[in-house]
Amino acid sequence: MIVQTSVDGLRAWKKNRAIKSPWIRVLILLVIIAYFILASQSVEINFERIRLGLSRIGTMFNGFLRPDFLSRGKYIADGVLESVAMTIVASSICLFLAVPLSLGASRNIVPLPIYLVCRVILMIVRSLHVVVIGIIFVIMLGFGPLAGVLTLMLNSVGFIGKLLAEDIENIDKEPLEAIRATGASWLQVVVYGVWPQISTRFIGLAIYRADINFRQSTILGIVGAGGIGGVLDTAMGRYDYRTAGAILLVIIAMVLVAEYISSHIRRRIV
Amino acid sequence: MPIISQDDLNLWMRRDRKVQRKRYLSWLIALIIIGVGFAYISRQTMWEFVSDAPRQIRDFLSRMFPPDVKYFSRIWPALWDTINISIFGTGIAVVISIPLAILAAKNTTVHPIVRGVVLAIIVASRSVNSMIWALIIVQIVGPGMFASIMAIAIRSLGMLSKLMYEAIEEINQEPIEAITATGASRVQVFFYGYVPQLLPTFIGTSVYRWENNIRESTIIGIVGGGGIGLLLNSAINRLAWDQVVSVLIVILITVVGSEWVSATIRKKLV
Amino acid sequence: MVEKHMVSISNLVKKYPSGQEALKGVNLEVNANEILALIGPSGAGKSTLIRCVNRLVEPTSGKIIINGIDVCTLGYKALRMQRRKIGMIFQEYALVDRLTVMENVLSGQLGYTGTFKSIFRKFPPDVVDSAIKLLERVGLLDYVDSRADQLSGGQRQRVGIARALIQRPDLLLVDEPTASLDPKTARQIMRLIVELVIEYKLAVIINIHDVQLAQMFAQRIVGLRDGIVVYDGTPDQVDNSVLTEIYGEEDWDQGKKRHAQEEDDDEDDDIDQVE
Repeated sequence: MIVQTSVDGLRAWKKNRAIKSPWIRVLILLVIIAYFILASQSVEINFERIRLGLSRIGTMFNGFLRPDFLSRGKYIADGVLESVAMTIVASSICLFLAVPLSLGASRNIVPLPIYLVCRVILMIVRSLHVVVIGIIFVIMLGFGPLAGVLTLMLNSVGFIGKLLAEDIENIDKEPLEAIRATGASWLQVVVYGVWPQISTRFIGLAIYRADINFRQSTILGIVGAGGIGGVLDTAMGRYDYRTAGAILLVIIAMVLVAEYISSHIRRRIV
Repeated sequence: MPIISQDDLNLWMRRDRKVQRKRYLSWLIALIIIGVGFAYISRQTMWEFVSDAPRQIRDFLSRMFPPDVKYFSRIWPALWDTINISIFGTGIAVVISIPLAILAAKNTTVHPIVRGVVLAIIVASRSVNSMIWALIIVQIVGPGMFASIMAIAIRSLGMLSKLMYEAIEEINQEPIEAITATGASRVQVFFYGYVPQLLPTFIGTSVYRWENNIRESTIIGIVGGGGIGLLLNSAINRLAWDQVVSVLIVILITVVGSEWVSATIRKKLV
Repeated sequence: MVEKHMVSISNLVKKYPSGQEALKGVNLEVNANEILALIGPSGAGKSTLIRCVNRLVEPTSGKIIINGIDVCTLGYKALRMQRRKIGMIFQEYALVDRLTVMENVLSGQLGYTGTFKSIFRKFPPDVVDSAIKLLERVGLLDYVDSRADQLSGGQRQRVGIARALIQRPDLLLVDEPTASLDPKTARQIMRLIVELVIEYKLAVIINIHDVQLAQMFAQRIVGLRDGIVVYDGTPDQVDNSVLTEIYGEEDWDQGKKRHAQEEDDDEDDDIDQVE
């Protein structure tokens, strides 16, 4: 904004503020400061404990830098295989569940009651963290990869379901009308009108999701739901940092490989 | 293309024989892989426990409702801790990831070797889940909010730096050239050329990361200690399902709320 | 020895790391107050040449002497001091989109302003006043607080011009100022640049691919082809043979002939109608 100065008739300029009133600006600043003071009180830092822990950093890094793949090699290999198997099974089953659910969650395809039910299911599934779902399944089904598979599946269905439903709600509606006008049934409209418009996007999402499933399969073991995470948890629990270092390297490598494969395939499809 | 004339009729098939055969084959291979995966998981599963599941589920459901309303008084302080974990964790990550992103971007890095080192840090940080980081950090600083904050921060660091350095590499070079041509110093070029172009992206990705971190903070307590995850874990261990449901309801509301806040802020940035 | 030219470029060579040789020994003198248009086909090295003058592109070898100083040998600090005296206008305007018009104009003064002062937008009062006057001159005073990306192409180029002129330069480098504009706005922008150059008594080098515009506004035309100066003369001496020398073989009259013919046809039509 341009303002007149008292000096020699020169005009001056001031940058417009996003919040005009200086009182509100001060108020916001005070609120932020107050928050940080209040919030930081709930963080207790036990310096005595940290001092003890810091001496462990040396041992830890010493172990991480000399990773030991062999002495617990069988467990690591089993863990990796389990993670891969969980990813494959969960990702493939989820495909069959995600499509009907996403159709159900699209306002332009189904009547309102079905839409609301599907949306609520999606919302609940999505807001629960994968680890929470994992704990619940472990309690219901016992320890092991089956709980992990179901966990990943449910989580993927929520993820793909929501994104795909958004795409379905945005599809071109003229082809649908044209197909409906030929006297086609609801299923025929979906197969001939909806599916061709979303199939590429669906495949892209599915592959992206498989990538995420693999990442998540590495932590489910911590709560007993199978995969490499359990082996890592055990190794850390025994202060066996050399094995832990090896597992971390394996996880990083496999996550990178999965990411590379996933983005490579997606680039080829689109 | 695949139109075959037979007698007087023109037959149309969706795909010609060769393509069709290839498709069948790839479906078969996919099915075999999934089958092998499932067999593997089945072998690792105690089916006796699973057969018990329906009874268990009925048991849960009967004990889940009504939710324990009195428990809410214990949930609120834990929720406050959870929100603080997410905000502090994200905040620390943002502060560190900005210099990392500048060093990791091809066009702003100081030296290729520095860039390589920083990229390695970023990859390690983001390939390892915050739960796993929590496992490691708890052994150094002991369980509690501090460990959880660090775990969230270390994981977010890589995620944020990656998005930020990609944004820096995609920056529009012309204004930078123009500012340089006026005789501006490097610091001035940074503040007038880079900052205005990058600030909205940086704020957007940080807010988006915070939204993700709220989700992570609800469970990080299971391993790291502190926050609502700790409460959830203890309720599950005590099989107090009415309390578990109360916690889950609060998590649901918090997550949906944070999604709304994040979406509102990001919409304003454009 | 007193330099009689304001800018004198000798044996300027630029080789890119890719091996491409953009300039192959350019010699060029520019006098004070001269309006020089640089024409030539795309890839002839026009952009590289003017970017060497303020070393946005580092020359491989050769000399560029501006007001007695060899630009090529300057260190970081001295180069910045030199750049302050050279204004530059860009094809795609090169404004910082998310800054306001005023901030974009004031960014032309960065070389004269301390780092901290500039970060907090504290520019000296006389600078701000002259920025306001410049915006008035280019007709954008009403837009001071608009963000640069809200303006049209012509308006954005006016902001670019104001940013270059607030540097109080001796020399103005202009890189294809009209290539992204429609024909009418292009002429208006060229007219504005030339008016201001005369008003501020500057020397100017304008890269321009539109020969007609170059002839209309420049006092001197230099043709560049494959990194070498192939023509240097007045606008009215640029004829078909010169154009062929610069751009290669082409029927230069074809457009004009058809144009003339159409005008004839129009007249015939008119006569028909009258009858």
